[in-house]
Amino acid sequence: MTSPYAPHTDAETEAMLDAVGVDDIEALFDVPQSVAFDGEFGIPEHGEREVRREAAGLLGRNDDLTEFLGRGHYTHYVPSVVDDLSSRSEFLTSYTQYQPEVAQGFLQALFEYQSMLVELTGLDVANCSMYDEATALGEAATLAQRVRSVSGETILVPDHLREGKREVLANYADGPGLAIESYPMADGQTDVDALAGTIDGDVAMVYAETPTVRGVIEERLADVGALADDHDALFCLGSDPVALALLERPADVGADVVVGDAASLGTGTAYGFGLGMFVTRETYLRQVPGRLVGASEDSEGRRAYTLTLQTREQHIRKERATSNICTNQSWVALRTAIHAAWLGPDGLVDLAEDCVTRPRDLAARFDDVTGVQAPVHDGHHFREFVARTDRPARAVVEDLAAAGYAVHAVGEHLIQVSATEVTAEAEDGLVGAITEVVK
Amino acid sequence: MTTYSQASWTDEDAERYEPLLSEKASERVDIEDSPLPEELTRDSLELPAPAEPELARHYTRLSQMNYGVESGPFPLGSCTMKYNPSFTEDVAALPAAAVHPDRPDRTVQGTLGLSHRLQEYLGRIGGMDAVTLQPPAGAAGEFTGIRIAKAHHRHNDDERSEVVIPDSAHGTNFATAAMAGYDVVELPSGEDGRVDIDALDAAVGEETAALMLTNPNTLGLFERDIERIADIVHDAGGLLYYDGANLNALLGRARPGDMGFDVMHYNVHKTFATPHGGGGPGAGPVGVTEGLAPFLPDPHVRRTDGGYEYYRPDHSIGKVHGYYGNWPVLVKTFAYIARLGDSGLADASAKAVLNANYLAEQVPYEVPFGPFHHEFVASAGEQDAADVAKGMLDHGVHPPTTKWPEIVDEALMTEPTEGESRRSLDQLAAAFEAVHSEDDGTLASAPRRTAAGRIDQVSAARSPRLSWQALDSDD
Repeated sequence: MTSPYAPHTDAETEAMLDAVGVDDIEALFDVPQSVAFDGEFGIPEHGEREVRREAAGLLGRNDDLTEFLGRGHYTHYVPSVVDDLSSRSEFLTSYTQYQPEVAQGFLQALFEYQSMLVELTGLDVANCSMYDEATALGEAATLAQRVRSVSGETILVPDHLREGKREVLANYADGPGLAIESYPMADGQTDVDALAGTIDGDVAMVYAETPTVRGVIEERLADVGALADDHDALFCLGSDPVALALLERPADVGADVVVGDAASLGTGTAYGFGLGMFVTRETYLRQVPGRLVGASEDSEGRRAYTLTLQTREQHIRKERATSNICTNQSWVALRTAIHAAWLGPDGLVDLAEDCVTRPRDLAARFDDVTGVQAPVHDGHHFREFVARTDRPARAVVEDLAAAGYAVHAVGEHLIQVSATEVTAEAEDGLVGAITEVVK
Repeated sequence: MTTYSQASWTDEDAERYEPLLSEKASERVDIEDSPLPEELTRDSLELPAPAEPELARHYTRLSQMNYGVESGPFPLGSCTMKYNPSFTEDVAALPAAAVHPDRPDRTVQGTLGLSHRLQEYLGRIGGMDAVTLQPPAGAAGEFTGIRIAKAHHRHNDDERSEVVIPDSAHGTNFATAAMAGYDVVELPSGEDGRVDIDALDAAVGEETAALMLTNPNTLGLFERDIERIADIVHDAGGLLYYDGANLNALLGRARPGDMGFDVMHYNVHKTFATPHGGGGPGAGPVGVTEGLAPFLPDPHVRRTDGGYEYYRPDHSIGKVHGYYGNWPVLVKTFAYIARLGDSGLADASAKAVLNANYLAEQVPYEVPFGPFHHEFVASAGEQDAADVAKGMLDHGVHPPTTKWPEIVDEALMTEPTEGESRRSLDQLAAAFEAVHSEDDGTLASAPRRTAAGRIDQVSAARSPRLSWQALDSDD
């Protein structure tokens, strides 16, 4: 068949070939015979309806489980208006805003997104997106390496860091020759005393997360920030926009860079599809990776927006760029901004408070179940908690899956449960199922 | 002749266009009586608080002040701004596609099955033995590919220090090599716009980890000496990297794997029509030859008896994305490829190449080099290419990529894609023609019919104002 997305009629194709001066389209391919492909891919064509059926059939093999899963990828209710507005084709089918005069709409939306992150973090400069939290962390490490006031070669990370995140960081760290070392956690939080014993003058950056991967809200971040500062290291904090609506401002605990997954607003569960936040202090502006939208004026003297400080970027600075990033997650950022604005500060704070009370209450119900102790960690939780099960965690997770629920196994006898408003109606069922399963 | 007036919402009293959300409905709430101790919370939070009707109107107005592929022709060279089929959005939105990434393999057999099918499709299209879907963009694919090259050399106790890149290559290639810790050796183009074999011979040696090559290159020219190039690189122990940005020129006509490339990335938001989304998300799957498959990112999908599973390749470079990459984009990619199949994909390339050649015949500017595939680079000559672009905006078309590649003076890099009809190509040619005959003064004041007038780039960079907070502090 011909491509359904190429508008040419046969007559037009003929006329165009005439205009070009060849008889056959194949004559336009300047490919030497020795490397020409004359085989088949063996990929059959389908009607649109057939593809939808085929994909639905393939994906239909996924088990239908109610997910109490988190550990970095979270789900909140996304209002319909997010899909509706972000799907407008002028947004969805546009390109990077290299011609700002016809791209004011997207530029303004990204400027607003950047501004929201500035408010949430208390820092000065947000870029308009990285791929995800893990790659944003990698970029933060290379920024630390480029900043002149920092001399070290080691990146300190919590030993509870997700293994995947650590591996992404390792890929970014290898080029500039940075080493990655862990500091211990105590009861789900940074062990500040142990960190003090670990940190030295060779440290370029200290990374901490709040909430931690185990859902615990860090209580001594200012001490972590001070330790980093004392050793001329950057302090990079991982978080997300919902948590930041309620928790201490990163700027107030001495954070130099904030990274995280901002798709927790605007995008539901999407198999890890994310939106890397990257926010930092103005001091490091010239070292920021990725695109920045700034305000300027147009020829009418009116405020207008444009990509700016592009001399940091690969298309201008090539091998001296701050990063190789080009295509980013702009459209995901648009969705996050729409969702945040829909919630407003009241709605966002309410959502964050629900993320504190819901896991607390659910953990208490788990704790009432014979054979389960929850939460394992003292301290305050956000969205999720770890529970100890007398039965091996693997068996508990398997049996829960058979009952239609998904939770994490995070240790031999440790499971982790993430609870947000989207699974509110399933909590009773989960408590019932865990009661049966641990018997 | 088509002209165009973009919608523009202007707040005449305040010398601005559509006000910021923060200027419309901002609200500060104090954090009190929260379930956390006070010392763990912030004091207050100030954000926009529009009611939903206001919110809907705000973003609808912003969308009207934005130009997309569905607005009109978008011939940005190297960006492949083709039509994004609507139905792929529905496929990606299937409820069964929305699963959490930490689910055990056996509970997400559908996701693994679709991933495996897409890996297979991409492998056949590129002539590659194994494909990872994890890199979330083209540049991330480059980084993955070069990390694989590095791991391969290390595995052989043959650490190398240089990556060779032609001067016409995408900026990402240079930045990628540097991020991976390599020195960049820039290769000057030959007089015909292609790789200069003598220069390549001189540049490649025992320190060469890889040559990164785009084929057809950014001038739209096929590297006819590709086999010779591959031999030179391979004889020196280096690897050949294929930048897939221009793969839309070759579908069904030639495959990187058959040309001697060892590792490549695919830009699915170019070749396979997933929407660019105002700058992203894309996806940058990476294909490798059998010998490099053990170095692929963790995890990789393989078939088992009756199903699929993830495994860690023996010498994996680890992860390049926190999870599995930009999954919804990959689902759209699958849908596009499955829709077109062999013949549709081959036809897409045929029409893309026909369109570029047809348009190149009609532009009033000099078009050096040739023969072209999917794109050509015209020279604005005495005119400033940036001004030409601004002038074209008033004619209902998006302009080409400007001032790049630098080997053409005042470059106008033009890639119409297969999505444009003859009529719309004629409209594009008319826009080029109109701007070509305009005087410099007129062009310097363009555009006039866009949402905003010409924007001052210099002052934006000189005193950066990157948030509404920064605007307030200036007032």
